[in-house]
Amino acid sequence: MSEPILELRGINKSFGPVHVLHDIDLTVNPGEVTALVGDNGAGKSTLVKCIAGIHPTDSGEVLFEGQPTHIKGPRDAAELGIEVVYQDLALADNLDIVQNMFLGRERTKGGLLDETDMEQAARKTLASLSVRTVKSVRTQVSSLSGGQRQTVAIAKAVLWNSKVVLLDEPTAALGVAQTRQVLDLVRRLAEQGLGVVLISHNMNDVFEVADKIACLYLGRMAAVVGSKDVTHGQVVELITAGRSGDLGIARPEAATI
Amino acid sequence: MTNEKTTLSSPADEQRTPLLKRLTGANTLWIGLVLLVLVAVFGAIRPDAIFQVTTLQFLLAETAVLLVLSVGMTFVIITSGIDLSVGSVLVFASVSSAMAMNAVSGGDATNAGWGVIAFGLLVAVVSGAVWGLLNGLLISRAKIPPLIVTLGSFGAAQGAALLLNNGSNVSGIPDRLNRTFGSGTWFGIPNIVIVAAIVTALGALLLSTTRFGRYTYAVGSNEEAARRVGISVRGHLTKVYLLAGTLAGLAGFMGNAFFRVAVVTGHETDNLNAIAAVVLGGTSIFGGTGSVLGTVFGVFIPAVLEKGLVIIGVKEFWQPIAVAIVLVAAVWLDQTRRRARNQR
Repeated sequence: MSEPILELRGINKSFGPVHVLHDIDLTVNPGEVTALVGDNGAGKSTLVKCIAGIHPTDSGEVLFEGQPTHIKGPRDAAELGIEVVYQDLALADNLDIVQNMFLGRERTKGGLLDETDMEQAARKTLASLSVRTVKSVRTQVSSLSGGQRQTVAIAKAVLWNSKVVLLDEPTAALGVAQTRQVLDLVRRLAEQGLGVVLISHNMNDVFEVADKIACLYLGRMAAVVGSKDVTHGQVVELITAGRSGDLGIARPEAATI
Repeated sequence: MTNEKTTLSSPADEQRTPLLKRLTGANTLWIGLVLLVLVAVFGAIRPDAIFQVTTLQFLLAETAVLLVLSVGMTFVIITSGIDLSVGSVLVFASVSSAMAMNAVSGGDATNAGWGVIAFGLLVAVVSGAVWGLLNGLLISRAKIPPLIVTLGSFGAAQGAALLLNNGSNVSGIPDRLNRTFGSGTWFGIPNIVIVAAIVTALGALLLSTTRFGRYTYAVGSNEEAARRVGISVRGHLTKVYLLAGTLAGLAGFMGNAFFRVAVVTGHETDNLNAIAAVVLGGTSIFGGTGSVLGTVFGVFIPAVLEKGLVIIGVKEFWQPIAVAIVLVAAVWLDQTRRRARNQR
């Protein structure tokens, strides 16, 4: 097993009196898809936002490529190579695919936008992800389907030599065929050696693409298990009760001591 | 390219997307055709009167000031904002510039030299910029809707202009300025039109080939997306309104040169004319799309209608009605297209 690219140790996060994350440990390995599952309010999105630098953590350590780092804002995260694909797509409808992929980080030549260069880079990135569903990289995003948009959002995230990609429910609003496309894409990201964190409510999706599954239960990391070592039922139990047989956090009475 | 296996269209295909297309966008073609048809129809009826050098010169010169205002308005409307204050800012800039030139020439600048004229230009541009900055800060920092902020500065700038000279026009515009810049021509083209054309060309380049332009579209299209990728939305909005104000200041100076007097009335509907021109030119009032070239067409359609109707002997009062019909039709078309797209 290669060295983890991102490692969280004992992350705590409170919003006022509400303790949302308790001593979260999580490692993300390059070339692996780590699914982050949990019930509503278990702290999945908060954890992702902490990694992305949107929320500061209260305590705990973040190691990136083995080095302790402090992520203070989205820019820091982006600089390290951590990209987030949000649930509600952050694409500008009136711009085309290239313009969206480079938005905020346009390449320029002599002060003017270098359209040719950006177009080629966008096409290369899409090709490297074997994206065949968009006809032209100059298509306006507004005329794309939900799956294609999600594809563009993911491709945008990998354009920046990113090393870790966090996906917040990328298939939530998609149909069967489109979900298929996006899951294939997620798999390919891992094959390219990126560390991928996938938040999902859909167990089928999780078992299909994830190498390991991290279950959050009421803000605690109930268990991190290999997806081949567990069944659907066990993961559901971990999500709903925090434990399943030997797996998961100790009995509630023991945990309170 | 090494990735021919993908079904993405080849680079050769896409590089044919010409610059012209990027400058124009889809609606622009149609509105350009409308303008062409108008010119052709009027020209067919009275070729002798329409294609006269003086008629065309006058048409262009009169439209130059509005064109400069409309270029700034294009940026504002693409961010899905609005600027009602441009006409008043123009008046303020024009009055303060004329008074400043008089003041440094000992009361009457009629015979002043280039130094004074340059100072007048500076005063006009800076006073326009200050109003624009004020608009921008109130909209982006205080989060007051653009309609309200600029409705406020619409009144305030007009009032301030009237206060400056007790409500009367300011005369004493340097002769030299009027002779060269206001009524002078270069190969038959009025100089004032050349200036407007340069401003327009720069505006078109700024919008279509720079980061500033790209961010303008992005902010108008999806503010949240722009913020997430790290674009300073507040800063950008401030700059866009600053640009509109600065151009209004420049337009005020051009008006001084052309009319030889800083007039305090007659600009009350400049804002609406500029908005109409921008929207006619295919820029969506909902933001995110539009082009400067479209705005050029949008500026000339009402102007050509007005001139043409007068020349062919129709009462000129028909002109606003004709413009209104074209305007409403243009917006209706835009909305229908949007609805068709969103229903997918």
